[in-house]
Amino acid sequence: MNGGELIPSATMDPEIQGQSLSPPPANVTPAKGLIIAFFEWFGNLGIFSWQVLKAAGTPPFEFRELVRQLDDVGSKSLPLVGLAGAAIGVVLSMEVRSSMSRFGATSLLPSAIVYSIIQEMGPTITGLVVSGRVGAGIGAELASMKVTEQIDAMEASAVNPFRLLAATRILACILMLPLLTLAADACGIMMGWITQTLVAPISLHQFIDSGFRGATLNDFLPPTFKTAVFGLIIGLIACYQGMRTRGGAEGVGRAATNSVVLASLFVILADVVLVKLILVLFH
Amino acid sequence: MASAFDLSINRTETEPADQVCAVAVKNVHKAFGTRKILDGVTLCVNRGETLAVLGRSGTGKSVLTRMIIGLVKPDTGSVRILGQEIAGMSLDQLGDVRKKMGFLFQHAALYDSLTVGQNIAFPLVHHRSDLSKSDRSNRVNELLVEVGLKDAVNKMPSDISGGMQKRVGLARALALDPQILLLDEPTAGLDPISSGEIDELVLKLQSEHQMASVVVTHDLHSARTIATRLALLDRGRVVIEGTFTDLEQSDIALVKQFLKQS
Repeated sequence: MNGGELIPSATMDPEIQGQSLSPPPANVTPAKGLIIAFFEWFGNLGIFSWQVLKAAGTPPFEFRELVRQLDDVGSKSLPLVGLAGAAIGVVLSMEVRSSMSRFGATSLLPSAIVYSIIQEMGPTITGLVVSGRVGAGIGAELASMKVTEQIDAMEASAVNPFRLLAATRILACILMLPLLTLAADACGIMMGWITQTLVAPISLHQFIDSGFRGATLNDFLPPTFKTAVFGLIIGLIACYQGMRTRGGAEGVGRAATNSVVLASLFVILADVVLVKLILVLFH
Repeated sequence: MASAFDLSINRTETEPADQVCAVAVKNVHKAFGTRKILDGVTLCVNRGETLAVLGRSGTGKSVLTRMIIGLVKPDTGSVRILGQEIAGMSLDQLGDVRKKMGFLFQHAALYDSLTVGQNIAFPLVHHRSDLSKSDRSNRVNELLVEVGLKDAVNKMPSDISGGMQKRVGLARALALDPQILLLDEPTAGLDPISSGEIDELVLKLQSEHQMASVVVTHDLHSARTIATRLALLDRGRVVIEGTFTDLEQSDIALVKQFLKQS
């Protein structure tokens, strides 16, 4: 570090921020270098998160941009999420039927499909699909703005990019993920029923009734709302990767790829923690 | 180089008074890693005055302008804008100062998803909520006429030439009626005719708006046309500062070389 204190600049450019770009000293082993880079990445992510939080909590609030992002993250992801949910419903229905018929437990099929979808498959598949579509989109868009100095131009125009670009996108992801999960759940259950009814006809009413028998809100709400955390992860990582990009077109590509890879990875890791937490708190 | 140091010592005897400088840069140092970029630069720009910062590529000219608008923080030294020290300011505090400044980026840095009109309206939308939609539209048209692009309002930045993009960038920089205008290489990459047009435009705007302007350039012809004073930067230090005549009469080898090569 050269400058000590970090400038509150949205560029997140280590060079601009006065951090040393020189390679680590010769006595630092590759393993040690990796550990340093790991902690540096999390440290900078922490600083970035704090800047976004501060900007989001103070006026002026960018409602118009938030609505645009809600549309971009929500309605434009809906077809893909619905399709993914539907595919999961079909696959689950076929797989579960095959397994359960071995034990003569086909009457439990609706419950198995519904519980699998609302508790795990719907939220996870929504998180991963949105990581891919929205994570790549945000990462590439902000990275492109960064390398063409559009984010600097925004700052120079006295507009806080943490507020206008990052906070709105992160908030849109947090708000839309649970709603998209509901859509994925609905499509999955519907297609699960259709697949089921093609083999052994059953009315939708009966399927739903049987599927949700004994279910409480604790079975449904926590898994749905845990996707708000997925939204936070996707938005935060994509914005962070985008706004710290360096190095032209290659940097933009790297930012988009890293956004998807890291967001997907952290969504899966967060899911492990959240499932345990939900089991402890709600069951 | 000895004479360059002599000159910078002479400058400190007539140190600028911060209170009258719209832009006061005092003894700023900046390094990226082990690479020194600025090494004790002191400058003062008054209202109604245009200072051209000259120098070879990589001498810290752009870093200096980015420092003046707060995009880069000095390691040591002071940057005062209209009497306010900006070094320790938060992003929102800096925003209040930046509303009084306009910045033209080297590559214009227009928002590529917005039309020319929307680009110019961007600062107005965010800072002039008192303006109605039609007032905003009138102001955008007024600025477009000022920079000679009245028919480009609905064009996308990718559909216009580099020179036109610079003009749009200039119009956007002027949208909030700034007291300070910073121009980073306004004529870089442009043909001589477009460069001349940009110079004329800057001169016209300068005489109409009476701003304090800092122009970073390595185009000596452009600097001579638009600047009231010039400062030559080398290895992060101001080698000489004065009128173009002062530069011509200088005995400093680097200044002579710069004038000769340009």
